[in-house]
Amino acid sequence: MSAGRIEARFAALAAERRAGLVTYVMAGDPTPQASLEILKTLTAAGADLIELGLPFSDPMADGPIIQKAAVRALERGMTTRATLDLVAAFRRTDAATPVILMGYLNPVMSFGLKAFAQAAAEAGVDGLIMVDCPPEEADALSEALDAQDIALIRLATPTTDATRLQVVARGTRGFVYYVSVAGVTGDKAAEASRVAPAVAQVRAASGLPVAVGFGVREPEQAADIARVADAVVVGSALVEVIAAAAEAGADPAEAVSLKARALAGAVHAARQEPALG
Amino acid sequence: MTSARLMEPPPNAYAAWPDARGRFGDYGGAYIPETLAPLVQDLGRAYEEAKASPEFQAELAAHLATYVGRPSPLHFAERYSAAYGQGARIYFKREDLNHTGAHKINNCIGQILLARRMGKTRIIAETGAGQHGVATATVCALFGMPCVVYMGALDVERQAPNVLRMRLLGAEVRPVTSGSATLKDATNEALRDWVANVDDTFYIIGSVVGPHPYPMMVRDFQTVIGLEAREQILAAEGRLPDALVACVGGGSNAMGLFHPFLSDDGVRIFGVEAAGDGLQSGRHAAAINGGRPGVLHGNLTYLLQDTDGQITEAHSISAGLDYPGIGPEHAWLADVGRVRYLMATDTEALAAFAACSRLEGIIPALEPAHALARLPEVCAEVGPGGVVVLNMSGRGDKDLAAVAPRLENLA
Repeated sequence: MSAGRIEARFAALAAERRAGLVTYVMAGDPTPQASLEILKTLTAAGADLIELGLPFSDPMADGPIIQKAAVRALERGMTTRATLDLVAAFRRTDAATPVILMGYLNPVMSFGLKAFAQAAAEAGVDGLIMVDCPPEEADALSEALDAQDIALIRLATPTTDATRLQVVARGTRGFVYYVSVAGVTGDKAAEASRVAPAVAQVRAASGLPVAVGFGVREPEQAADIARVADAVVVGSALVEVIAAAAEAGADPAEAVSLKARALAGAVHAARQEPALG
Repeated sequence: MTSARLMEPPPNAYAAWPDARGRFGDYGGAYIPETLAPLVQDLGRAYEEAKASPEFQAELAAHLATYVGRPSPLHFAERYSAAYGQGARIYFKREDLNHTGAHKINNCIGQILLARRMGKTRIIAETGAGQHGVATATVCALFGMPCVVYMGALDVERQAPNVLRMRLLGAEVRPVTSGSATLKDATNEALRDWVANVDDTFYIIGSVVGPHPYPMMVRDFQTVIGLEAREQILAAEGRLPDALVACVGGGSNAMGLFHPFLSDDGVRIFGVEAAGDGLQSGRHAAAINGGRPGVLHGNLTYLLQDTDGQITEAHSISAGLDYPGIGPEHAWLADVGRVRYLMATDTEALAAFAACSRLEGIIPALEPAHALARLPEVCAEVGPGGVVVLNMSGRGDKDLAAVAPRLENLA
């Protein structure tokens, strides 16, 4: 399956004429045990793809919410190996939902690129987003992932011009992640009206579905993006709910379920109602 | 890393790196988020143009002469030689006499001139001990540009006088509480600022680290140290030195001294890493001696990290060496064996700090005190009649508070 699982999911979404919800949470946050329940809850609540943060000590593209999630996970002993084990456990309960790991290169390099790709494929990982590995530095990683049929998902941003978009699109698989604002995760989101032309451009250059993320927090915003993109990524808003529940001694899976359900409802219904304005 | 691969181009062309992709052997590169990738490439092009521009070079030279106070003298350390030289003659390259008291300003002048040339209107920087922050705040005051300096909250506490200096110079100091609240976290935060302010902001990185072109660019701006030292030692001794010694954190003062001598086979070159409480204690900042290759802050280099690839905290009495990585050019020079990387502990650096103060009337910064601490071994190796140049990269006034509690042990 692997990369094929992503393609199948986007094909199904297209057939249903709706956008997908991609939910991001940090592996091991608030605890390694709680993570599995959170993943199951997210798919039950309507998440179409799972993005799972691979904890790293120095997440330079993340805002404070996800930084703190990484700290919580690492303090509870989360590792790259344990993240793959978490995916494997999730995979035993769900054979269809694509799982994409998102993180930074050093832990993957430390694991060994080939060893990581092999272990990730065995665990049921379908895609990988490496925030600090632009296409120019990705040859060895691409090769290792291709050998295991795992998609290396590329990022495009507002600073990616048309020429560079060709570089970004080359060799990418699954979908392209469009970072809607120049900023870190959890910053303010861009207006859907400004995102639409960029999404069209990325889609044309890559021939792939486009997921839009960074700063999408509320169902209404998610719905606006869902009208112009193939999928909407929500991360910091969910991580924040998990953190608050854990802090309050509540069940993080239950808390995140409510938020995810609201987001999924809005994203899935977005194209069935007339666009506002 | 196979040595065969790292040996090309031929071994006498050490100075020819990096390649077009910003690689020193396998090290370096530009591992950055996509948002920054086009900016870093623009910077690379702008720097190449500036480097080739006689106007830019003339402007840089003028500021180095009249504002920084260059050339800095090469001082024959007669009493230090008598005490530790074992017949060798030791010279200090006096970067401590620069405006702001360290080598850092050489690079800051170069980068802010480039920022102006590129039309950028806002400057950001990271700082550990505060020396690079002070140098950046200084050049921002000189050119009337707004300046934000990210500094670990722990360092803000440890280096209060430098925080005051930066504020006096008009900079905004933003304490960073994430992670270990030290230099690496300040660097992360500066990168986050840059990602969010791509249109108007220029990031002045303080050492030979970060994504390409920074390691090369910062090195180039610091090679004024080695170029002057070369001329000065030829005038003083009529020949090249037998050895060079410099401390290495990120490694900009060391690259600045070393680079113009890399192709001189007869010149032995020594970098000195901070061993903190000792390599065995695990509390050190010796990336080459105690780390392994990985990616942090935009480049592939030696890093302090755990078995899972998480970056671990560095420890050194010298805040300027307290960084878990090292410039990628140093990583490569270590692998190919052109430069040998020694270590000095906190205790050894403190002893050298005191000895230099009393023997030469020069209170060194704790950073070059690490290099001073290895002079006996280096001098023994070059033998009687040998000539050694040490980079006195900064002055020690900033360190008096850190040193005071341990001063009675120095008698």
